[in-house]
Amino acid sequence: MVSFILRRIFVSVLILLAASFIMYMLTAYSSDPLADLRQSQSLNKERLIQALTLSLQLDVPPPLRWFLWLGGAAKCLIPFANACDLGSTISNAQVTDILPRAMQSTIQLVTGALVLAILLGLALGIITALRQYSGLDNVITFTSFFLFSLPSFLVAVLLKEFFAIGFNNFLEKPIIAIPLIIAIAVILGLIVQSIIGGDGRRRLIVGGATSVISAIVLYFISLSGWLLHPGLGPVAILLLSVGVAVGLTALIAGLRNRRALISGLIVVVLALIAYFALQGLFNISSAATLVILAIVTVVVGLVVGFLMGGYDRSQSMKVASITALLSGGLVLLDRFMQSWPTYFSEVNGRPIATVGYQTPNLGGDVWVSGIDSFTHFLLPTVALLLISFASYTRYARAGMLETMGQDYVRTARAKGLPERTVVIRHAFRNMLIPITTLVAFDVGALLGGAIITEAIFGIPGMGQLFFAGLGRGDLNPVMGYFIVIAGMAILFNFLADLAYAALDPRVRVH
Amino acid sequence: MSQDNSSMLAAEAIIPEHKAPESQGRLIFRRFLRNRVAVGSLIVIFGIVVYAITAIGLGPIPGWWKFNYTDLNDQVNGGNPTLSVLPKWLGGKGISAGEHPWGQDRIGKDYFAMTMRGVQNSVLVMVVIGLLATMIGVFVGAVAGYYRGKTDAILMRITDVFIVIPALVIGSVVGHAVGGFGAPTLAVMLGFFTWMGIARLVRGEFLSLREREFVEAARVAGASDARIIFRHILPNALGVVIVSATLIMASAILLETALSYLGFGIRSPDVSLGNLISSNQSAFQTRPWLFWWPALFIVSLALLVNFVGDGLRDAFDPRHRRFSLRRMREERPSLAEDEQVRAGDTEGLSGPGQK
Repeated sequence: MVSFILRRIFVSVLILLAASFIMYMLTAYSSDPLADLRQSQSLNKERLIQALTLSLQLDVPPPLRWFLWLGGAAKCLIPFANACDLGSTISNAQVTDILPRAMQSTIQLVTGALVLAILLGLALGIITALRQYSGLDNVITFTSFFLFSLPSFLVAVLLKEFFAIGFNNFLEKPIIAIPLIIAIAVILGLIVQSIIGGDGRRRLIVGGATSVISAIVLYFISLSGWLLHPGLGPVAILLLSVGVAVGLTALIAGLRNRRALISGLIVVVLALIAYFALQGLFNISSAATLVILAIVTVVVGLVVGFLMGGYDRSQSMKVASITALLSGGLVLLDRFMQSWPTYFSEVNGRPIATVGYQTPNLGGDVWVSGIDSFTHFLLPTVALLLISFASYTRYARAGMLETMGQDYVRTARAKGLPERTVVIRHAFRNMLIPITTLVAFDVGALLGGAIITEAIFGIPGMGQLFFAGLGRGDLNPVMGYFIVIAGMAILFNFLADLAYAALDPRVRVH
Repeated sequence: MSQDNSSMLAAEAIIPEHKAPESQGRLIFRRFLRNRVAVGSLIVIFGIVVYAITAIGLGPIPGWWKFNYTDLNDQVNGGNPTLSVLPKWLGGKGISAGEHPWGQDRIGKDYFAMTMRGVQNSVLVMVVIGLLATMIGVFVGAVAGYYRGKTDAILMRITDVFIVIPALVIGSVVGHAVGGFGAPTLAVMLGFFTWMGIARLVRGEFLSLREREFVEAARVAGASDARIIFRHILPNALGVVIVSATLIMASAILLETALSYLGFGIRSPDVSLGNLISSNQSAFQTRPWLFWWPALFIVSLALLVNFVGDGLRDAFDPRHRRFSLRRMREERPSLAEDEQVRAGDTEGLSGPGQK
């Protein structure tokens, strides 16, 4: 195993070197960093050209210059020396100085999009596989085809023009028209009844109930101006958390497992107590406080599950900790909502941003700036999400259909296991194995796709660094971008291979 | 039980006729033709291409449309589309094309001619990338998979080198270098950097096919390596090749439009669907048609090519009928047939207990 890892790392380094050489040559020969200066009318033109030639070493031919660049980049490998040298840009800034900040925006964007794409894609894929050839399945299959064929820049421009501007206009007078309420309610009802399945009567009841409840909720939202002064309040938090606890128990442990259900409900009560107890702390919180609180929440959940014990302790612990995290999330959501009116007036009633990654000169605590990040990253994340979401749905559906047809699933059914165990423990887990490879590929695709998204939404991330650098013939930031992207791609492929070997005992590493 | 009966009946239906066995190619072709969505998509793609070529002509040959994509014309109707499709009795202006049916851009160029030119360029890039990437990929994959060992290791490491760079990144750099030389050059250069996926697939296919008996037989008969690769193994791997070539084409059209959108692809004065959108997106509120026409063609071309690819996948590998619209439509009638078979069955044989 160790020799396998070492050999993989060695080969990866060679691949990275070769790829960086190709990139360097292509970029160096494709553009002229002096082009702007040559056309300029300034008097000290010659001197400027000379200075730039000197600082970027343009007198050295590109193949040799690559070695110089490599020498600087190799210093990054020395730990703690801080000797990293990726060269400087045309405007004489060090690439190592601008890269970390750009990476931060991009990673924020890509991580959000990746996690959401995996969660949504897997969920939809599983549902459509279990309800094969239903109306929902057909609609989703067609939609995924459509999304495959939709260029990301088109999505981004449309989101900007319709969603952002439309929603902001709507917020000026947030009244949802009655026909719209009815339409949304009916569509939700149709979707839910299709997911639930079963006989006609059950579907009718579930779908009808969903429609009626969502219509009432929407009408309330419209009537009370909830969108301008949102908030959950203890009652809504209680109801939603109980729903989460029951749903998770049904999914993970089965409602027969009373201990799991009770530990979930205990956590909900704790969350409600925390809701009242922590409001004072929230007002003076920073981002670090919230991280600590999240960790504490999960630990509390694990402890509650452990103390409840029972014949299958780990199930109770899973239910309790995930419930704790989600209901804690609801409490936080409520706190964010309390700050919404402040933010709303701060941005003159047009909250959904179309450009940039933060509102300039926006003061305010962690809550207001949190909302600010949310409104800025919402549309780029959605635009990026749609690139990979469709392929996850496709693969998850195909994988699920394949595992559901396997002999071991038939065996599991024949043993008399409940359908939940068959689907989640036997089919779903095995379906996940090939998905790991997909995730590794997807990271590269998402980072590449971020170039377009960042360009359209004006987010100063790595894609922007690459885009602007390439346009100006600025070699060093382009290479800085490349080394990060390619490094990530190689790293994730490597991790996927390891995960594959760990998950699938049939794969033997030689 | 019903399954057993239906397959039994099916077997009976086939055996007595003693039809001459069909060739694999004809079988696949027939299976493809049965897929209405895929065949329809293919026809529509063909129609769009012919329409775009005849409308403004190809190169020096003029087409039937009166304007070309570079002429500056006087603004008619403020550049609004003069196309009207609403008949008079519905309160419209009657069905007429007018002077500039799809409108004009800000400096008065005819938008129909520009969009058609964009379609021509996008289709050209799509086809060239598809063909070139497929040829390189098949060659690399075939050689690596057939010879294994050192050759395989070296070729696959080279593939890895190219695969590490995201398509859009290498595409931008390449496009930045050669975008000014026009669509054909751009397409060829992009083709050199998009063959990796197909090479991996073909290699996998060759690795398993080379162990089969017919390859052994060919080798014993004294066939040369080249003959075994191209005449014996490759035809058996053709399904994978054709399907992934189609899917490469679908992603090629998205890659080209994205590059042109970023300004690293086809540049003005030449026209691509991507740069039409990028140069007109700021006018979205005032002249939305400048956005919608190219968007319509990008999405429909990519969607149609995807449908064709999906149909081909079904035709080549009926086991892998993953996402076919046909299957969804077909499955229900076939369920119904199943019921009928069962019903007819119980009438014909005296009851299900008989079996």
